[in-house]
Amino acid sequence: MDLVAAVGLQILYGIANLALISLGLAIIFGMMRVINLAHGEFLMLGGYTVVVAANAGVNIWIAMLILAPLVVGVIGVVVERLLIRWLYGRMIDTLLATWGLSLLFIGLVTSIFGASTATTISPPLGVISIGEYTSSAYELLLIGITAALGIAVFLALKMTNLGLVARGTMQNAEMASALGVSTSRIYMITFGVGAAVTGLAGGLLAPVTGVLPTIGSVYIAKAFITVISGGAAILAGTASASVLLGGVNGIAAFLTGPTIGEVALLLTAIVLLRLMPRGITGGIFRKSL
Amino acid sequence: MTVTRRSFLAGASASAAALAAPAIIGRAQAADTIKFVSILDQSGGLDIYGKPMVDTTRMAIDEMNAAGGLLGKQIELKVYDPQSTIQFYTQYATQAAAGDKADVVHAGITSASREAIRPTFARFQTLYFYNVLYEGGVCDLNNFCTGSTPAQTVEKLVPYTMNKWGKKVYIVAADYNYGQITAQWVQKYVADNGGEAVETEFFPLDVTNFGPTIKKIQAAKPDMVMSALVGGAHVSFYRQYAAAGMNKSVPIASTTFGVGNEHKLISAEEGDGMICSYSYFEEIDTPANQDFVARFKAHRGEDAPALNELAARAYEGAYLWAEGVKQAGTVERMPVIEALRTGISYDGPSGRVTIEPKTNHALQNVYLAELKDQAFNILEVYEDQPPTDTLLVCDLVADPNQSVFKFENGLEAAGIKI
Repeated sequence: MDLVAAVGLQILYGIANLALISLGLAIIFGMMRVINLAHGEFLMLGGYTVVVAANAGVNIWIAMLILAPLVVGVIGVVVERLLIRWLYGRMIDTLLATWGLSLLFIGLVTSIFGASTATTISPPLGVISIGEYTSSAYELLLIGITAALGIAVFLALKMTNLGLVARGTMQNAEMASALGVSTSRIYMITFGVGAAVTGLAGGLLAPVTGVLPTIGSVYIAKAFITVISGGAAILAGTASASVLLGGVNGIAAFLTGPTIGEVALLLTAIVLLRLMPRGITGGIFRKSL
Repeated sequence: MTVTRRSFLAGASASAAALAAPAIIGRAQAADTIKFVSILDQSGGLDIYGKPMVDTTRMAIDEMNAAGGLLGKQIELKVYDPQSTIQFYTQYATQAAAGDKADVVHAGITSASREAIRPTFARFQTLYFYNVLYEGGVCDLNNFCTGSTPAQTVEKLVPYTMNKWGKKVYIVAADYNYGQITAQWVQKYVADNGGEAVETEFFPLDVTNFGPTIKKIQAAKPDMVMSALVGGAHVSFYRQYAAAGMNKSVPIASTTFGVGNEHKLISAEEGDGMICSYSYFEEIDTPANQDFVARFKAHRGEDAPALNELAARAYEGAYLWAEGVKQAGTVERMPVIEALRTGISYDGPSGRVTIEPKTNHALQNVYLAELKDQAFNILEVYEDQPPTDTLLVCDLVADPNQSVFKFENGLEAAGIKI
């Protein structure tokens, strides 16, 4: 029984982890149809913000929850103004440009901090036990924060004026523009928010993963698969794809091993996209956010 | 103008001479300096290993040149960055051998990169040094493998830690040839010492969520975990393991943790208590090593990375080659190989490193150390350890005409019982 609870919690964490690393990408892709290949590097920059700030003596909670999204959000806005806004509607060009951007970020961080950076941070909070099994309380917190983040994005889109305008722009940019909405500004804010959410994710993961200049490449593939499998709806897509892929991965990894776990995840995504080429929310939950 | 046979021949020979001239000049220049080529990843995922190796290689060559060079000639160091991509390895290896006409090439980090370029150097008859710890089994007259092998490190680490912590061992390893073969060595030494390997799990190099495995370890209740995990993503394992409080109850031993300076990438409380084994640690308390560390810090400046076996052996590998050249009195390939195979040794920061002629591997000191506050405390020293794993399958004295990797298909295929 304890084992079931412990493994259940672990699978839930795997799902939350997938949702956390994908949400920022989903916001940018869902709203703007821009595929940001530098997404992994935004995560990495969030992690570096936390490591550098914590090494400089900043409280780790402030570094993770405030500094990481702030710094990466600002970087996102700058990137959008300098690079992305010239390329709207040119999917392949954006792919190339953001790929170049990802190489640039890796190079910059490597030349500033070196190939590896010493860290002093370890996961805050202690250990919780379920019978004779133990889990990290921090993992539980990450599950909570991911859920809270999803709710916050939902409320922002549903309840605020900006959310309404953003959804309008998402449905029909030309019509929104004709009604007096500055779509350029909406895109800038959306990209910045997407980057900030990604930075927050990178910051939150910093205490439980290695922080290296090249670590982004580890996340990018999974974030992509999740977002593409989820389809255009930001929240319903990310949530449903994370539950499906994270669940399959967690169960397979526990029953067999991590290699089969990865294979099962990819296989599920392939079958899913064969059956629903526009992702889960292209098939079902079509009207959702 | 009519072209007579005579004028045609005169013209043809003149242009032939003109074409040949650069080649002659090129060779004349080559004779003025000794060409030392290094091919090591300085970007991409393997740069945490490659960059310190390039730093110490450069330091070794600078020191040799400052001391008057070799055989009265300066050494010209050329460094290529294959960017953690195998394809660039083969390209630069061909460039080094055929284009640069290198006198010696020190190259390769992963076993995959070594196997990609080793045949190139054998074909072009270019002397090749591989200075990285690896799974053992290369049997190649042209290739000197100076790093430690599992018979040197795993063989010492497994009995020591089993004695200290208990006999039930859970093995986690990276899913490529190094991890697979090292895991087999661990299984063998665990069994040889009367223990039980309860489970062996392999992880693709991009896995970052180790939660399911940590639960499996909790369910299996081993006495210790033996890790052969590799690379930046796998650092997550140690952090998540500590976050679940496991590092307090089931300790970890490793022959891969620390060689990419991972002990600096995780915090002190996450890493404390781990026991690792290498043929070099920065913390070795000898005058030779303290001097080496001080020189490295001076050479590299304030932000010098921590030194590990790879960095130290890249330095010692360069000096071992130089010892061979000095004894041979030339940089010609065969005389240098013969000189090295007389059992040449070099006293470096790790202690004495001696070439073992049957395998072209090295006799070397092996250290066990415990991690405390992001630094290793040396527990045990085993001097002049032979590469017994490779000695089981390779004898270049009896048959020098070999260029193979014996463990390509695992240990059992090589006739070693696990």
